[in-house]
Amino acid sequence: MMNSQLIFFMLAALSILSALFVVFSKNPIYSVLWLIVCFFSIAGHYIMLNAQFLAIVHIIVYTGAIMVLMLFTVMLLNLNKESEPHKSVMYKGAAVLTGGMLMLVLLAAMRSTQLGTYVAPGRAETGFVQNVGLKLFTDFLLPFEMTSVLFIAAMIGAVVLAKKEVH
Amino acid sequence: MSVLVFKAILVLVLFLISLGIAAYSTYAERKVAAFLQDRIGPDRAGPFGLLQPIADGVKMFLKEEIIPNVSDKLLFIAGPCIFMLTALMTSAVIPWGKALEFGGQIYNLQVADINIGVLYVLGVVSLGVYGIMIGGWASNNKYALLGAVRASSQMISYELAMGMSVIAVLLMSNGTLSLNDIVASQGTGKLYGFIDISGMNWNVFYQPLGFIIFLVCAFAETNRTPFDLPESESELIGGFHTEYSSMKLGLYLFAEYINMFISSAVIACLFFGGYNFPGIDYLGTVLPHNVVSIISVAALFGKIFFFIFFFMWVRWTIPRFRYDQLMRLGWQVLMPLAIINVLITGAVLTYFGN
Repeated sequence: MMNSQLIFFMLAALSILSALFVVFSKNPIYSVLWLIVCFFSIAGHYIMLNAQFLAIVHIIVYTGAIMVLMLFTVMLLNLNKESEPHKSVMYKGAAVLTGGMLMLVLLAAMRSTQLGTYVAPGRAETGFVQNVGLKLFTDFLLPFEMTSVLFIAAMIGAVVLAKKEVH
Repeated sequence: MSVLVFKAILVLVLFLISLGIAAYSTYAERKVAAFLQDRIGPDRAGPFGLLQPIADGVKMFLKEEIIPNVSDKLLFIAGPCIFMLTALMTSAVIPWGKALEFGGQIYNLQVADINIGVLYVLGVVSLGVYGIMIGGWASNNKYALLGAVRASSQMISYELAMGMSVIAVLLMSNGTLSLNDIVASQGTGKLYGFIDISGMNWNVFYQPLGFIIFLVCAFAETNRTPFDLPESESELIGGFHTEYSSMKLGLYLFAEYINMFISSAVIACLFFGGYNFPGIDYLGTVLPHNVVSIISVAALFGKIFFFIFFFMWVRWTIPRFRYDQLMRLGWQVLMPLAIINVLITGAVLTYFGN
């Protein structure tokens, strides 16, 4: 158990540090790259929780597809320090206010949380593709179908937005 | 010898084999090109030019290394490293042969038999694009950036059709995602239920369309002709590696050949029975277990070499696509075909049972 605890702390430190670097990097490309590192460390957490399927899907979907598109966009926009738009004091004040409010909610939620002792789920119970699939198609069938409807709506929306208007 | 030591040795051997095959793929590529164009090809270094890859390697190492002043130095160096890393990572889940057995101890010829093997392959493939993107952007060169952008959009587009064509195979594999189980299931049972040749129950006979889709996508994912738009010389000088020199360029070129080798191995495992070969059960009754295992490794490598040859054959036969043609093929042809293939497979499996 000592070993997995050590791995957990290393992963947790990596997640937090990389997330901080995402925020503090001056260069947007480095921000995106640190976010990729962060996603990897989160996938590591999933593996520690025996959720192999979730981990690999997380890597395929987030680091493999979404972050590539994000990197793509940042590269094409060619953002750098010189071209960064200067934001007015009002914007900054609003950002600080909303961020502070979010932190307040999170802190309040954390205070009322009961910290139970953590029990690692057994190998047979979670994470494997068969079990995830069975759960999705029995207990969570309705949310699963609703999600696919949502995705189709998003895809159609994207096509509509991208399509040139015919006059 | 404990299993852990064996795995460590296997990793080292796989690493060396990947590099060796990549090195000799460059030689094979020239020889195949020469053969197809009715030339002789490299024949100066050693007998039949066999030492040519070594000479090339030495040349790559000794050339002057140039890092452009305007580049992002850290990412410029990280680009080829990441590309090489992702190229080498996939070999971990491929079952290279039947298990060896020494003194009652069974040694699987597979580094990690994880139960999400196929998804692991897709995941690593989707990471491969970072090496190209980071290298192309860090070069701070318009051609390199264009190459990187082309590479990323091309690879994302073809990943979808690739994943869809794999799903049809997974539907037939009794709900397992482990490459080892998928390969093993192709070695048992009768082909179409009545042709009784052991080790011939290959997926390609059930999934010809899925195989063709996967093959085309593999060409696009490895950036090989006819889909080598990220580095098309006639338009982009060298594409994403325009600014690279010396061994960093070498790593990019080398990783492309390793990608080719690994994707050939994945094609062989998913569609051509992996290490299974006709008559594997019969040989198992007359020859010792370990000899059959070694023959099975040879069978897999035979298939891999055929596909590497096929990659080269196509490269020197078919001209490059235009970019809009490439995108249209990926989204409007391969993607619908792959979905129809999944639907047909599902319908047939439901109707006939397994």
